[in-house]
Amino acid sequence: MARIELSDLAHSYKPGATAAADLALKPMTLTWRQGGAYALLGPSGCGKTTLLNIISGLVVPSQGRVLFDGRDVAHLPTEARNIAQVFQFPVVYDTMTVYENLAFPLRNRGMAAGAVDGRVREIATLLDLTGELKRKARGLTPDAKQKISLGRGLVRPDVAAILFDEPLTVIDPQLKWELRSKLKALHRALDLTMIYVTHDQTEALTFADTVVVMHDGRVVQAGRPEELFEKPAHTFVGYFIGSPGMNVIPAAVEGNRASIAGATIELPQSYDVPLGKRIEIGVRPEFATLARPGEGLPVTVERIDDLGRSRLARLRLQGQAIAAGVPHELGDIGDTAGLILQPAHIHVYADGERVEARG
Amino acid sequence: MDKPLDNRAWFLVLPVLAIVAFSAVIPLMTVVNYSVQDTFGNNQFFWNGTGWFKELLDPSSDLGSRVRDSLWRNLLFSAIILAIEVPLGIAVALAMPREGWKVAATLVLMAMPLLVPWNVVGTIWQVFARGDIGLLGYTVNRLGIDYNYVADPLAAWITIIAMDVWHWTSLVALLCYAGLKSIPDAYYQAARIDGASRWAVFRFIQLPKMRRVLIIAVLLRFMDSFMIYTEPFVVTGGGPGNSTTFLSIELVKLALGQFDLGKAAAMSIVYNLIILAVCWVFYTVMTNLDVERRRPPAGG
Repeated sequence: MARIELSDLAHSYKPGATAAADLALKPMTLTWRQGGAYALLGPSGCGKTTLLNIISGLVVPSQGRVLFDGRDVAHLPTEARNIAQVFQFPVVYDTMTVYENLAFPLRNRGMAAGAVDGRVREIATLLDLTGELKRKARGLTPDAKQKISLGRGLVRPDVAAILFDEPLTVIDPQLKWELRSKLKALHRALDLTMIYVTHDQTEALTFADTVVVMHDGRVVQAGRPEELFEKPAHTFVGYFIGSPGMNVIPAAVEGNRASIAGATIELPQSYDVPLGKRIEIGVRPEFATLARPGEGLPVTVERIDDLGRSRLARLRLQGQAIAAGVPHELGDIGDTAGLILQPAHIHVYADGERVEARG
Repeated sequence: MDKPLDNRAWFLVLPVLAIVAFSAVIPLMTVVNYSVQDTFGNNQFFWNGTGWFKELLDPSSDLGSRVRDSLWRNLLFSAIILAIEVPLGIAVALAMPREGWKVAATLVLMAMPLLVPWNVVGTIWQVFARGDIGLLGYTVNRLGIDYNYVADPLAAWITIIAMDVWHWTSLVALLCYAGLKSIPDAYYQAARIDGASRWAVFRFIQLPKMRRVLIIAVLLRFMDSFMIYTEPFVVTGGGPGNSTTFLSIELVKLALGQFDLGKAAAMSIVYNLIILAVCWVFYTVMTNLDVERRRPPAGG
């Protein structure tokens, strides 16, 4: 059981480097509450695995503190922390049976044989591995192996948090769903802190109560899935989450008026935009609709994608690519059309960061 | 998918067949032909049936007892070589650096002995181990240990074994190193999280992952040590007495020394079959173990 706090944490793989460009992780402060289901979401190379390895103790951070329930563990070795980790590729001990695999972490810690047996059987039941206990681990399917490596974490009674590093990468698509629901169920049953690293937004959004989005070594937003969707704190969150991502359009904003491409949109609130920064507005395709020519902003139509239940228009607004929904009642569409943005769902960004409305 | 069938494609195999025939099949058949005949030169041959084989495999005959003795020497030599070189090679591979400039340096150093020709290795050790001028022999004798590989069979064996270990341990080490390098970091990380000891990491991660390269290493080292000729021939010439006369030395004596082509041919075939049989048994046993471990139990 533990609350994990990261305080002023930063890391560079080059020793002694302090320049921002050399940092794999930019300074960050974050708290993971006990029992939470977190997802660390970001593209490859954004630092999410580094962050995970710092929490598990496989990497010692260049600066800052890692607190487990207030105790600094940044320099403690992995085996001295009550953390378990599941890796991208299933790690099992090939020559051992499933039972021996599950018992391994307990035996290494000198637990009595009787207690080991009870614990192993309990976890095997939880993971539906009871029938496989006597089998050699090497012949099993990737999803069973991944369950074993999860089981080796769960089996330790003192384990406070389980870290997952893209655990479903090598699992068949139909089993992915099954294993993911299993993880959710385990999370509810065991009251463990789970941190799940992925670059797949569906996995992140379905697994976690709190999604932490990382970009270029920084945490750009941490919030509930609907917060990330409705109020992306950074243009990166806007286009990384959602399919397709948020439209980001260069604009000039003054008070409650945004001018784009020669037209002006009235916003529901007023903004004080900082000077000298790149100002953009962001609006999700869900809140942008195609209209007849002459209505809204003038756009050229590149193509219309039929997604079955809805249609999606790929548009250009003065060279800027934009995605928007196509209403049913709109019939045939020519090369030019209008674009209507719902003002209530327009966000204003300065150098990528969201600007709060005035007052 | 339909593949076009055309029997004329067999003609494409002809060049290979011709090369294999001239480089392997015909020479081998010549040996088989010799092994059932006797010749006194002048290209005159007399049919001898299985006579040479009977003599060869009959320990009460002179030839048979020589073959039996040198066969035991060969087996003993190979067993000792494997017992030393495999564990030593694993140990060296575990100690080799994993990253940085040291990797290249170590690999080059390790490969050095493998590049030295057999007879040069023999000559180096022949001089190195001499009691009068050799660094090793002289030093050992000065330490008060009586060591003379020309007169003492035990010393001769130790010299040849030391030479083979010096020459070939790097091969085992390099193979094991390749096996170790193929283990993903996640295994070591998982082992740390599981609190595994250094020994457990070796026993449950490194050794199983090295299994395949170890099979190859054992096969290569067995075949090579079982066929050893040049080094003992250069160092000891098969002596003192017959104590380091291996099958290959016996064979050369028979074929080139005595010009007993029939006996020598029969012996080559038996020699060849022994190596094939041992390798086949070893390989089959090892791969079958693998298959059985992979196969799920009935009803499971």
